[in-house]
Amino acid sequence: MKKKILIIEDELALQKTFSDILEKEGYQVISALNGESGLMLAKKENPDLILLDLILPQKDGFEVLKELKKDETTNEIPVIVLTNLEDIQSVERAVELGAKTYLVKAQYTLKEVIQKIKDELEK
Amino acid sequence: MKLLQSLNVIAQCKKYRISLWQCPSFLFLIMGIIICLVAIISYLIGTRYITEPRIVALIVLIVCAILLILSFIITNSFEKLIEANRLKSEFINIVSHQLRAPLSNLSWAIELLMSGGLGRIEREQLDYFKILKENSDRMKDLVKDLLIVSKIDSAQLSLKKEEFNLEELTREIIKEFEYFAKASNCQIEFFAKENLPKIFGDRYQLRQVIENLLDNAIRYTKEKGKVTIKIKKEKNFILFEISDNGVGIPREDQKFIFQKFFRASNVLKHKTQGTGLGLYIAKEIIERSGGKIGFKSQEGVGSTFWFTLPIKS
Repeated sequence: MKKKILIIEDELALQKTFSDILEKEGYQVISALNGESGLMLAKKENPDLILLDLILPQKDGFEVLKELKKDETTNEIPVIVLTNLEDIQSVERAVELGAKTYLVKAQYTLKEVIQKIKDELEK
Repeated sequence: MKLLQSLNVIAQCKKYRISLWQCPSFLFLIMGIIICLVAIISYLIGTRYITEPRIVALIVLIVCAILLILSFIITNSFEKLIEANRLKSEFINIVSHQLRAPLSNLSWAIELLMSGGLGRIEREQLDYFKILKENSDRMKDLVKDLLIVSKIDSAQLSLKKEEFNLEELTREIIKEFEYFAKASNCQIEFFAKENLPKIFGDRYQLRQVIENLLDNAIRYTKEKGKVTIKIKKEKNFILFEISDNGVGIPREDQKFIFQKFFRASNVLKHKTQGTGLGLYIAKEIIERSGGKIGFKSQEGVGSTFWFTLPIKS
């Protein structure tokens, strides 16, 4: 049974890069381009992990986190935040809202991000 | 109420994030005091030498008026300069923020292509991918430096306080630089005393510091370079020392070395790339982490840079 990863990210370039590499790694990938549809997919598909950007159209990542944790069907899904926001306030807020891992895009290589995803899924 | 606020000079200076002596409101206040003093002095001198009181009053008035106009012009231009400076920092901040997202997209896409995950890449193509990767990394580094500088300038650089092992971090960084060192015909040696205590600081930012120092040490090396890194414990802090046998820093440039955008005259001759931001950033980060930074250098012989960091109590 393939593990399912939901990517909520509005940058098409990143959507494609991550879908391609994660599918090559043997995961099933579903993606959403905004917070609203991301939430809907999370409830419907019940993924094993969510990769979440914070700056998103419609509903931002913080909102998404909040609602994921409120809903019983989704509050157990581990969330990795992948964003360009690096101020401490954002980090603290996301962790408080239940993000498992917080990654600042500019600080990691693709390989390192993939490794973090694998580590989280193997827990 | 507004008048009261405009009288609160110190609060206004805080708004500009500059020292008191550079703040226009404070300077204006000082000017006011000077004008009053000058008025009294010119009155005293006037009454002593001139008998006609109306002429004395006129002289006092003229002197005061000239000083007032002068002080107004000076403080006004100061204010404009500060505003321009603030706009510049804001501009750098916005531009570097906006550049960051496309640059990470670019470098991750290249990384994916180079990994061969989407199909094998021919050797000749790989060379070009390497060029793409190197150049996108260079842009990323530059943007990263600019962003840190703009944060330092606007007093927004916040450092995390986490416990970590400096020796481990250093080994990690040296490993990353292996390729660059080899390509520069430079050998890196590392000595660390056993059982070093952990330190307390921002791991990511301190990584920038060590990377900057190591990059400089390798970059400005001559042929057959040798870089030595030592970490040891001294009293209640950890001392990090990095020595090279490179081109060194000319004596007349040494006092400017930690200034923003400064590059020593002899490295410009070597035409190596660099922004002159690395050491400025390093100094700010180390000092804000509660440590000190310094160096010894002799042109043509080499340089030793060191910094200290407090041990977790």
